[in-house]
Amino acid sequence: MTFLAELIVSVFLIGGSVFALVGSLGLVRLHDTMQRMHAPTKATTLGVGGVLIASMLYFLLVKGDFSFREILIVLFLLLTAPISANFIAKVHIIADETEDNLPPASGEHGWAVYDEPPAS
Amino acid sequence: MLRRLFPHPMLSLTLLLIWFGLVNAVTVGHLLLGGFLAIVLPFITAPYWPERPKLQSPWKMATYVLMVIWDIVLANIEVARVILFVKPEDIRSHWVDIPIDLESPEAITMLAGTITMTPGTISAMLSADASNILVHCLHTDDPDAVRDEIKSRYETRLKEIFPC
Repeated sequence: MTFLAELIVSVFLIGGSVFALVGSLGLVRLHDTMQRMHAPTKATTLGVGGVLIASMLYFLLVKGDFSFREILIVLFLLLTAPISANFIAKVHIIADETEDNLPPASGEHGWAVYDEPPAS
Repeated sequence: MLRRLFPHPMLSLTLLLIWFGLVNAVTVGHLLLGGFLAIVLPFITAPYWPERPKLQSPWKMATYVLMVIWDIVLANIEVARVILFVKPEDIRSHWVDIPIDLESPEAITMLAGTITMTPGTISAMLSADASNILVHCLHTDDPDAVRDEIKSRYETRLKEIFPC
């Protein structure tokens, strides 16, 4: 029983670590800022998720008590990762992109960085 | 009266559950303390949240969340494949302009967050009147297909969850 539990925990730990490693590798291999953003926003979620699932299973199966702090960590991660990614993207657009490089917005108004919001 | 005391019942419930998670124990003492926070915090911050976000169907919301979690797993594998097996010179990244029909700010936020967490796409910016969303796609040959998939897979579901 203990061996099986440890095996399952190890699988999640190693799986999570592999994704974290791939995410870091993406930072090195990819070329520009926007491409690099894909690595930490995706690969890291599953990396951290795998490690946290391993942590929950460890406390549940080996120590015998239920820990739900990990669910909170996942929740906060899912809430904050898109927002920080959005901010990095926006700073990148302001600093390094020009309006000509982006596709024009098909609506009445242009992109928020270049165009004034409609008067309300 | 009840509405004044609980301006945001869902927020209160979430705060209580988060409090249980933070202390990592469910006891009567923490129920009282967490319940106190769950009543006081939404009450104090109510002026900043004048309206209640309308949730049409909690059940649809739950299936949506499960679907997105599954998509996140697939997204991780897909992005890992691109990072590991596609030569950096061969990666074709695109900016994609997606017109959105959603109106409530909560729905647009959910859509932007979903796009960032799912297969090879990051939402970068909204247009000034929030009618378009600028998405960066890591590796695709067909930007139009990406746009159509996001619209059909996520936006239609969100439209049902958050009625305008």
